[in-house]
Formats: sequence, structure tokens, C-alpha cells
Amino acid sequence: MSVLELERLSYRYPGAAAAALSDVSLAVEPGEFCLLAGLSASGKSTLVRAACGLVPHFHGGDFSGRVTVVGLDTREHGPAAIGALAGTVFQDPETQVVMGTVRAELALGLENLGRSPASVARSIEEVALALALAPLLDRSTHELSGGELQRVALAAALAPRPRLVLLDEPTSQLDPVAGDELIWLLRRLNQEWDTAVLLIEHRLERCLAAADRVIVLDRGRVVSDADPGTFLQWAADASPPLQTPAARMFTNLGLTPAPVGVRQARGTLRARGLLEACEPERADGAAEAGPGALLRRSRLRAPSLRRSGKRPDEAPALAMHAVWHELRDGPSILRGVDFSLDAGERVALLGRNGAGKSTLLRHAAGLLAPTRGRVERGGRVALLLQNPNDYFLHERVREEASAPALERANLSALGERHPRDLSGGERQRLALAIVTDSERPPAVLALDEPTRGMDRGAKDALAGWLAERRADGTAVIVATHDVEFAATLAERVLLLADGRLIADASAGEVLCGGWYFTTETARILDGAEQALLPADGQAVIQRRIDRTGAPSLSATERTSRPGVLR
Amino acid sequence: MSVLIAYRRRASALHATRATIGTAYGVALATAALIVQHPFVLAGLLAGLLVAGSSCGALREMGRTLRVVALPILILTVLVNVLVSRGGLTVFARLGYFGPLGQMNLTLEAALYGLLVGVRLLIVMLAAVLVSSAVDPDELLRSLRRIYPSSALAATVATRLIPVLARDSERLADAQRCRPDGGPGGARARLGILRAVVAGSLDRSLDVAATLEVRGYGSGGRPARLHRALSRHDLHFALAALATIAAAVATRASGVAAFNVYPLLRFSVGAGAVLSALLIPALALAPFLDRRGIAP
Repeated sequence: MSVLELERLSYRYPGAAAAALSDVSLAVEPGEFCLLAGLSASGKSTLVRAACGLVPHFHGGDFSGRVTVVGLDTREHGPAAIGALAGTVFQDPETQVVMGTVRAELALGLENLGRSPASVARSIEEVALALALAPLLDRSTHELSGGELQRVALAAALAPRPRLVLLDEPTSQLDPVAGDELIWLLRRLNQEWDTAVLLIEHRLERCLAAADRVIVLDRGRVVSDADPGTFLQWAADASPPLQTPAARMFTNLGLTPAPVGVRQARGTLRARGLLEACEPERADGAAEAGPGALLRRSRLRAPSLRRSGKRPDEAPALAMHAVWHELRDGPSILRGVDFSLDAGERVALLGRNGAGKSTLLRHAAGLLAPTRGRVERGGRVALLLQNPNDYFLHERVREEASAPALERANLSALGERHPRDLSGGERQRLALAIVTDSERPPAVLALDEPTRGMDRGAKDALAGWLAERRADGTAVIVATHDVEFAATLAERVLLLADGRLIADASAGEVLCGGWYFTTETARILDGAEQALLPADGQAVIQRRIDRTGAPSLSATERTSRPGVLR
Repeated sequence: MSVLIAYRRRASALHATRATIGTAYGVALATAALIVQHPFVLAGLLAGLLVAGSSCGALREMGRTLRVVALPILILTVLVNVLVSRGGLTVFARLGYFGPLGQMNLTLEAALYGLLVGVRLLIVMLAAVLVSSAVDPDELLRSLRRIYPSSALAATVATRLIPVLARDSERLADAQRCRPDGGPGGARARLGILRAVVAGSLDRSLDVAATLEVRGYGSGGRPARLHRALSRHDLHFALAALATIAAAVATRASGVAAFNVYPLLRFSVGAGAVLSALLIPALALAPFLDRRGIAP
């Protein structure tokens, strides 16, 4: 029996003009790891809500077709009954945690299922150990970071050992290390317990290698349902924004098969004699290793001054001089942060959850005052916080920002709409219009996790818009967990750890040769020639092909990429 | 709001006590303040509460409650009683004739009685702060869920939403400060933020409700009774609660700490009053001396 079966499911939200799901049929078998892909607003989250019974019981609307979860028809059984068989994790961790302490949160679902105290206690211990939550068990949930809350929400969903786990972008708030750990934890649970997984994720490169199958939705319809390799072949023609960076690189080079992960990509390159050539280059790149090496090296070379061609006596757009942020009765969030930002520079700020990235941006914008040290600003610092909704106070878009600002954000046509009725990308553009709404452009534009929940098209558009700010002389600093976006946008990367700046150098230097804070292209090529993006990697491999005389690509390798619909 | 979200697991004997007994202990302290009247005994209870708060790491919350709520209420109580009370013979101000209110004479006894009532309220409030700081609300509500599942869970969700909404409003305020003009100021800005928080709270409530649904809330399951052996701290605080109440009742019944305000202030300053003022807080504080096994 399938753990999840959708038969000709169509659904429209109350009052919505268009259907969110149209004639969707699919089945998930026990032990399958399925990835649910698609551009923004393609119906992925709605499908997950249908699978857990919230559609139609909670949301109402027009529902037709049939959904069964381990044999239970969702028309006859509500989310509570389905919840015993299917664990669900949504996007926003803040509202997924209901109780005051982590232990009580993990116990809630189990107690609602009527488990005995011994069973509840054992399940809590096991899931806490599996997700490394044991030290947090007696912590108050309102003290936890977003990443910690997301892990608690996942643990609460997994604690009853459901047959099916439904996850809606669970890694969107996690740093690369925690995100990878989460995916591999899901894979382990899937392999060891036979738990089926249905996972929504925009950053496919993060989880494609773990998946058995990829289901693609487009405007509420299933347009592809295939194994990861076949999906990549399909995406190359039918939906390029869904391709992973490695697949894009291979497709552009005409190499097959399109790799589902780093290991397969390296295997293909090795088989063609295109990988070994990079080993000496990596050795050179790693000549100076160890903590602080990049920081020392970058400061010696003063890369930002060289890159922008700026005179040394010119005032920086932003400078932090030994900035500390020490909480009363608490830890130090920033510990002597010291850097400067030149006009027109584009900088990415990376670091794991809780490293101090958001705090640093708040200091940059003057929302916080350092407990020690000094922040020097060359002009106004415009800060876009994580949630664009926080900026909206009015009933109409045109009341939120001036006409020129709305025009710059390409929102003039939406002036009469309510800000909360806009799409995710439009909301973010409106928030950007609000914070940059002045006659003089800001000296610095700081963005905190701006790509959360965005598909690749929207990310590319944002990166392009930010790159255009250079013409105004505006420096851009972006705190992000999305390394691919950082590599697309930034020429320089700051890496924070425990409030300390541990690396400050060019994007190529920081993002090449690592395990986590690196791009898929750099992982495949081991950081060769500091290639971070598929186009750079493509150039590197092409040069190797030319140099080594590797076998030319066959005609069949360059051809058919079938679309597959199971 | 701070009262509702003050709980943090800390290394104290009261934190290490089960929620029902910890709450009963707080109730006992508040009840004792309502039983006894003598200013010495009330002062002793107040001092005892502050020491208990210090042991639990709740002194800051207590200070904030004193500043923001308790002291204004105490002042208000004194003022209202002085103006309204017709008792007392020691007049310190004659305000004249006020129509239907008649002759307004302010008396020392009325002021002292207002102060007495205010101090009792203050002790009750500080006991509430002590409980909210040191008693795990989830554990307490879990006990209630066995009897009133829906109400207890609604209370839990409400207490969870309060810090979420508080954080929302802080973020909204920060976002307004990020506007080039610094955002609208004064009452207008606060109103706008309040409106946005309210609008956002509806979305938040829906999300939380959806989470509760998928966590099986609608299945009607109730938490099973936990069979936990009484810890040394459970026993100590239960005994302390009983002893405090018993000592307060004995003090009141025996008349060793008699206190009469009207018509003239009369109170005993003998050994009995002093002994009660020392004994009651000592009994209440005794469990804090045992520091075995209190770490989180």
C-alpha cells in the first residue's frame, strides 16, 4: 500500500481565481525519498497541506479528487488522525513550536496520540539524540534561534515515528552545515526506518543526491516525475531554472550524464581524465592553511582597496573598528569585528546559525550600538531585514513608498494593491523600495537573508538588481546561507564564527576548497582556478579538454533530454 | 508580558521542584500575606520573598514588577484610601466641604491602612512573579490538561504567542527605523505598528492553529498521569508551604502580632510580633538551604 496517494486532486483556495492544484495524481511508496520541485507559486506547499489533511479541513476551498495517507482518506479523516501517520514540518519555525519548553513541545504530539508516559519519554530521548537536541531539552522555546526552532519542529514531527514525513523547505533558515546534516539525517531515517519523505526544496543541489525521485509541479500540475538523473535531463530543456549548478555546467559542456551530486560529477570527470589535472592547483591553493590564514592574507593585501581602485585616503562606505556586542548576563555576540566596505563593493556575509550575522548588520544600520568599538558610516545604511512584511504599515502599495521608488522597483502598476496581497518577490521589491526611498542613494544597502523561499529566477533577478546599485556608488552587504547566491553576487566574502571575523577575502579565496561554505562547482573542481559558478567551471573544464586532448563529446551526449511523466 | 515569559530553567531549589508544588508554595506565601496584618510580619514576608527571588534569579523581574506595577498600585491604594475612608481620628489635613462627599478630613490611620493593603498586594504580585520565574508553565499546564484539555492548551498557546508577538512588534519597530526618514514618529508610529502586529497576529494564529492540527490536537488525547517519586525539594517546599500558612494562622489567631488601625493605630511590638516576623520568612526560606541536585 502506498503511504501517500493522490488521485486526480484539484484544489482552489477560498476566493482564489485560479486553482492551486489541477488534476494531480501521484503515489509515494514506503521508503521513498521524494523531492517536490517547482518554481515559486507552483503549488508545492498546497500539495503538502493536502497530504497532511489541512486541505481541505483547515483551509476550506473547492476540493475534488482523493488523497489517502496510509489508507486513510483525508476527506473522512482530519489532520489530527493523519498526524499519527504523517509528520509535517512547515517553513516558518516561529509558529511551528507551540509549547514553552523543548521537552514539552516534543511531548505534545505524542501525548495527543495517547502514548504512555514511558513511550513518550523514550521517544523524546531518542529523537533528541538523533537531532542533537539533548542540550536544548529544558530550554525555553522563546530563547531558541530560528535554526534551533526548525530542528525542534522537525524533531516534534519525527518523534511519533511517522510512516511519512512532509517537509516544506525545512532548510531555508539553516546554515550550509546544518542544512546538509538535516538532509542526511532524513536520508538515514528513510533508509533505516523505511520512512517515506516528501521534501520541498529550492536548493536542489543540496538534496538531489539523496533523493530517489523528483516530482515537478508547474502551475498546479505535475509536469515531471522521474528519478533524479532523468529529471535533470528533462530540466535542461523544459525548465532550466530547476537545474543544479553541476547539471548546468555539464549540460553546457555537452557532458553526460548530468550529475545528481558532486560524487557523480567527479566520477564522470575522472573517467575522462579531466579531474586529476586540478590536484596540483588545489595543493597550491592550500599552501597557507589553518584558522585565520585567509584573514591574515587578505589584510596584508588589502583586496578591497585594490579591487575598487579607490584611493587609500577616501572614506569607506562603512567601517567597523573592533566592534563588540556583549549581552548583559549573556554571551558576546560580536567579538572585535573589524572591516571596511568601499563604495560600490558587493560583499557576502556568511557564517553558521548564531554566528552574529544579523547582529552585525543591525550595528551597520545603527539599530544597535556597540558595547565597545566604533562604527563609521559614509552615509545612510539601508537595511532590509529578513521579513519584508515588517516594513508594511499601510493599506496600499502607493502609500508605502514614493512614486519614483516604486518605479525603480517596477511596482508602479501595483500601487492600489494591499502590500500583503503581493507575491513574495514583489513584497521584497516593495521593502527594498521603502528602505531606498530617498533622493540620494544609500551609501550601503544591507540585506539579511534575502533569498529565503526564492527560486533561482528570483535570486538571479535580485542579484542583477543589486549589481546595478554599483552605478550609484552604493555598497552592498548581504548576510546569507545561500552560498550559490553569495558566489553570484559578491566579489568579497566575510566569514563570521562565534562573532569573530575569521575570513575576509575575495569570494574565490573564501569559497574555494572547503566542504560546506563553498559552491557545488568549487566542490566538483576542488577549487581549481577559484571557479565558483557553472560558467567558470565550464571554462576550466573546457581548457582542460583543450589541453589534455580528452575524448571529444559524442553526438548522443549532446542530444535528447526527454521529459518524463510517470 | 515579562511576567508570563519569565520562566527559565536555572539552578535553584524552587526550579528543581515539581510545578504543582512550586505553585502551591507561591500561593502559600501570598495567602500568608493576606492572613497576617502586622507590619513587622509583612516586612518579614516581603524580605523573605526578595531573598527567595534572589535565590531563583528572579530579582530583576521582581524589580521590574515593583517599578512598573506594584509601586504605582501601592501609591494609588494609599491615595484612594486616604480620600475615601472616613475612619481614623488623627487628622493631618482638612480639605473642607465637598458637596455630596461631605467633610473631607485626611487621617493618618486611613493612609496607614492604604499602605497596609498596598503592601499585601505588592507581596501577592511578587509571589506571582516568583512562581512565573521558577515554575515551568508547560509542566503546570500539562497537569491542568488532564482535567481541562482545551482550556489548558489554549492558555499554553496564548503564553507562547505573547513572546512571538512581542518579537514581531520589536522587528516591526526596527523595520520602521530602517526607513530613510526614520519612519513616522510618536503615537502615530505606535498605532501603525500596533495595527500591523494585530494584522500579523491573525496570520500567526492561523499558522499556530495549523501546527496544532497536524500535531494531533483534535484527536482529544490527554496526557497520561506521570508517576514521579517526590524529590527532596518537592517534600521541602510542600512542608514549607504548609508551615508558612500554619504559622500565619497561628500568629493571627494568637493575637501575638495584633494590629488595629481604626479608629486609632494600635499594634504590639512585643517579642511575639518580632518572633513571628522572623519565623514566617525563615520557614518559607528554609528549603532554599538544600542545594543538592538543583542544577538543570
